Amino acid sequence: MAGEGEKKPVLEMVQADGADEGCVTFVLHNEDHTLGNSLRYMIMKTADVDFCGYTITHPSESKINFRIQTRGSIPATEPLRSGLNELSDVCQHVLNTFQARVNEFKERQEEPME
Amino acid sequence: MNYPGNYPGYDDTWDMQKFQKNFRIDIVHLDESTMEFDMVGIDAAIANAFRRILLAEVPTMAIEKVFIYNNTSIVQDEVLAHRLGLVPIKADPRLFEYRTSAEEEGSEIDTIQLQLKIKCSRNPRATKDSADPRELYLNHMVYSRDIKWVPIGNQADVFADSVIAPVHDDILIAQLRPGQELDVIMHCVKGIGKRDHAKFSPVATASYRLLPDITLLEPVEGERAERLKRCFSRGVIDIQDVAGKKVAKVVDSRLDTCSREFLRHDDLKNAVKLARFRDHFIFTVESTGILPPDVLVTEAIKVLMVKCQRFLSELDSTDLE
Repeated sequence: MAGEGEKKPVLEMVQADGADEGCVTFVLHNEDHTLGNSLRYMIMKTADVDFCGYTITHPSESKINFRIQTRGSIPATEPLRSGLNELSDVCQHVLNTFQARVNEFKERQEEPME
Repeated sequence: MNYPGNYPGYDDTWDMQKFQKNFRIDIVHLDESTMEFDMVGIDAAIANAFRRILLAEVPTMAIEKVFIYNNTSIVQDEVLAHRLGLVPIKADPRLFEYRTSAEEEGSEIDTIQLQLKIKCSRNPRATKDSADPRELYLNHMVYSRDIKWVPIGNQADVFADSVIAPVHDDILIAQLRPGQELDVIMHCVKGIGKRDHAKFSPVATASYRLLPDITLLEPVEGERAERLKRCFSRGVIDIQDVAGKKVAKVVDSRLDTCSREFLRHDDLKNAVKLARFRDHFIFTVESTGILPPDVLVTEAIKVLMVKCQRFLSELDSTDLE
C-alpha cells in the first residue's frame, strides 16, 4: 500500500509483511509527541491490539512512525480509526466539562459582588 | 500499566462511561492573566498533549514583517525588528486567517498593519543645568504605547469597538537622543509557536504538577511530630492533641513542594511514604494577555480535536480510493 498521490502526504502506510493486514506501520507527517503519545495511549486501551508504539525517526524531521499490530486478522486501520474517534470524544468531554466549570466559577464570583 | 490484558481476569479496556464518571475539573483560581485548575481522572499522555499545545500550537498574531523607512537610533535595524516581533499584540487570532502565500501585500483578513513614528527632540523648557534625561529631552524613550494601529480595508468597521494595540503599553523598545527618529511600518500575521517562531506562543508559561500523596505509615508523636512538621512545607502537617499527646496529621498535601527533607532524618525516613497521584494534574496557565487563560485552554483542546479529525478524514479518503 502506498501513500496518497498528492504533493504533501499527511498519512502514509508502510506494510512490512505483504500478507498480514494487521501489522502496519503508519507514517504521520507534521506530528510529534503531542498526538503520538496520546493516540498511542488510546489505541493501547482498545481490545485486540497486540502492539502499539510510535517513534520519532529523527528530531530534525517532523514525522512519526506509528506501528499497530492486531490480534487475529483485524485490519490495522480499525484500531487507528477507533483510537482517533475515542481521543476526539475524550477531548469533547473535557471541553464540555471545562467550559461548564468555568461558567460556574465565574457566576460564583459575581454573586458576592452583587 | 493499565492496559487491557496486563492483569489477567481484569478488564482494563477503554470505557467511556467509566472515564466520564471519574473525570472532573476543579477551577481553583481564575483572573484575566492566570488560571489554576485541577484535572482529575485523565492519563498523563493526554494532559501532556494539552500542555504542549498550550505552549506551541495555539495561534496568535505577532509582528512578522518590519518595513524600516528611517532608523537613526542607536539600535540596529535587525535588533529593533526582533524586539518588535516579541511585543504581544492584543488581537483575537480567531478573527484572522493564516497568510497563504509569501506575497508582500497582505489583505485585511490576514494582516494587521501597525506604525511606529517617533522623533526625539530637545526640550526647550528644561532648566539650564539639569542632568535628568526625562527633563532634557522629549520622546527619548520609545514605549510600546507609541505603536499605532493603521486599519486596512474593512478593519475599521469590523474592529470598530476594539482597538488593536500591544497588550502592555509600557514595554521599552528603544531609547533616542535629539535628532534621532524611528519611522517603521509593521505587519502582524497569524502563526503558531511550533512551526513559525516562539513569539507566537500565547502563554507566558503553561505547566502542570501532580498532586503529592503523603501518608504516615506509623503514628508520629511528641518531639518527632514537631520535626516532621518542619520537614514539609508550611500547612501540610498539623499537630493535633490526641489524649494529651501531640500527634502529627497530614492536613493538606497540595501545598507541599516535595523537597523530601524527611529522608535526611534517620528516625523519620521510614515513617512517611511520599508519592504522587498519577492522574491528578494541577495546571497553571499564565497568559501573555492576548487571550484570557480559560479561552486558551478551550482553544488548546479544540486544536487536539482538529488534529484527530484531520487524520480521520485522511483515513476515509484513502479508503475510498
